[in-house]
Amino acid sequence: MKYALLIYNREGCTSKEMTDDERRRFVEVVDEVLARPNVGPWVRLGETESATTVRQGERGTFLTDGPFVDSKEFIAGLIVVDAANLDQALAVAAELQELRTGGAIEVRPMREARPSED
Amino acid sequence: MLDEVFRAEWGRVLAALVGVLGDIELAEDVAQEAFVTAAERWPKDGVPANPAGWLVVTARNRAIDRIRRDRTHAQKIEELRWLTGETTEEAVDVETTFPDERLELIFTCCHPALAPESQVALTLRTLGGLSTEEIARGFLVPFETMSKRLTRAKHKIRDAGIPFAVPPDHLLPERLDAVLAVIYLIFNEGWGGGRVDLASEAIRLGRALVELMPDEAEALGLMALMLLNDSRRAARFMEGELVLLDDQDRSLWDETQIVEGRALLARALALQGNGPFVIQAAIADLHMEQPRDWREIALLYEMLFRHTESPIVEMNRAVAVAETDGPEAALEVLDTLSLDDYRYYHSTRADFLRRLRRNAEARIAYARALALTQTDPERRFLEGRLLELAPRTREDWDEFWTYTLSELKERVERKAAEGELGD
Repeated sequence: MKYALLIYNREGCTSKEMTDDERRRFVEVVDEVLARPNVGPWVRLGETESATTVRQGERGTFLTDGPFVDSKEFIAGLIVVDAANLDQALAVAAELQELRTGGAIEVRPMREARPSED
Repeated sequence: MLDEVFRAEWGRVLAALVGVLGDIELAEDVAQEAFVTAAERWPKDGVPANPAGWLVVTARNRAIDRIRRDRTHAQKIEELRWLTGETTEEAVDVETTFPDERLELIFTCCHPALAPESQVALTLRTLGGLSTEEIARGFLVPFETMSKRLTRAKHKIRDAGIPFAVPPDHLLPERLDAVLAVIYLIFNEGWGGGRVDLASEAIRLGRALVELMPDEAEALGLMALMLLNDSRRAARFMEGELVLLDDQDRSLWDETQIVEGRALLARALALQGNGPFVIQAAIADLHMEQPRDWREIALLYEMLFRHTESPIVEMNRAVAVAETDGPEAALEVLDTLSLDDYRYYHSTRADFLRRLRRNAEARIAYARALALTQTDPERRFLEGRLLELAPRTREDWDEFWTYTLSELKERVERKAAEGELGD
């Protein structure tokens, strides 16, 4: 079963707060996790400031500058994990979250069927 | 009689079906159908020699019928056949066995990825065999709400892939704590209100857990604690009025439960158990001795506090301190705690003040407890205490007004600081 680990950050709470040692350790673990055969694909997202949102208006679609949800919390990335059950996916999330300085990781099961196959 | 069999077998039958079907909702549906069939047939044909085996085979066959309509599930059907061999309903005998997977089911229902109220409801439904309607009544929640809560939880288990398994060793202690917490929550819900008999349900669940994990000291401790507390049930109320422990008629205590509770506690202690439930059971045990060993009780509360760091535990220690070192020392302990929303904090404080003859302050504390209380017997008990402390002499009244006014002033200032009064 595949799970998406949604990596949430909080505004103003970045890895810059880490000491060099902490940062080295964090990068090591992330690299190790991402290299596992049951992990991936993964995605790192650019700043929310760089986002453009396509919305539905009365006369077709239109664009707005910035993310859809205007919030202090935002998704910074996504990691796909193939796991036998929720506990295994949660364990990977806990491994990563333990080393982060804030934010949270939301674990959601992925639906692999296309909408047409539902 | 039939009801008894159903209640006793429901959890095992359901757990075995969830084990192969991997879907609680489907398992529940076919189990329900099997029980309905049994309710029709058994009164005519007699109860089979192996009621649980009969129910599992019948439910299994229903599941096969259902799945057959869907060709993709050929493998499921094979697994279902394995569940009880090729046995038919007619051929079920005492030899027909199926695995006991209740433990897997408990851990699934009490998985921390589910909200606590869902854990509680699901455990009562799947292992306790209570109907949605009964659970709704037990928790004073509308039927619709409870029904939705259960459905949502079952869907989450299926969709999120919550495992149907006893957790691996490194997760077990934490997960077992969650299971014990759910059972104890059910027990306490039953004790405070006395609606549907949730306390007995919790004891039933605890018994199953102890049977499945006979060497887990904390499970034994929880079971001992529930039995020792429940043994005083008949003595706790007299004509609808609350009776405090010291005033209870001990002949109303349930001796069988006490004996069983103490034996379980002894087993837990023999297993070197020193977790929070074992300590609480030991405390409950000491409370039932006469005279009570308050020094030992205070010591155990201190141990318990190290586990829980709960101010309520400190409050209970204060009660013991009041006996060993006097109410003044106990008040000092209470004053360090922030439990302003807890009704027993105020009634405990009131009791210390009353014993110190600081009647005006005691009155205010009782009034606060009264404002927070939720059950009628407690309300009447507190009103009785208030009446006893009613000001009588001129001096009483002076003192009463002085404290009442300063209390009011303090309360207004506090509310203003919290911004609740505006300007």
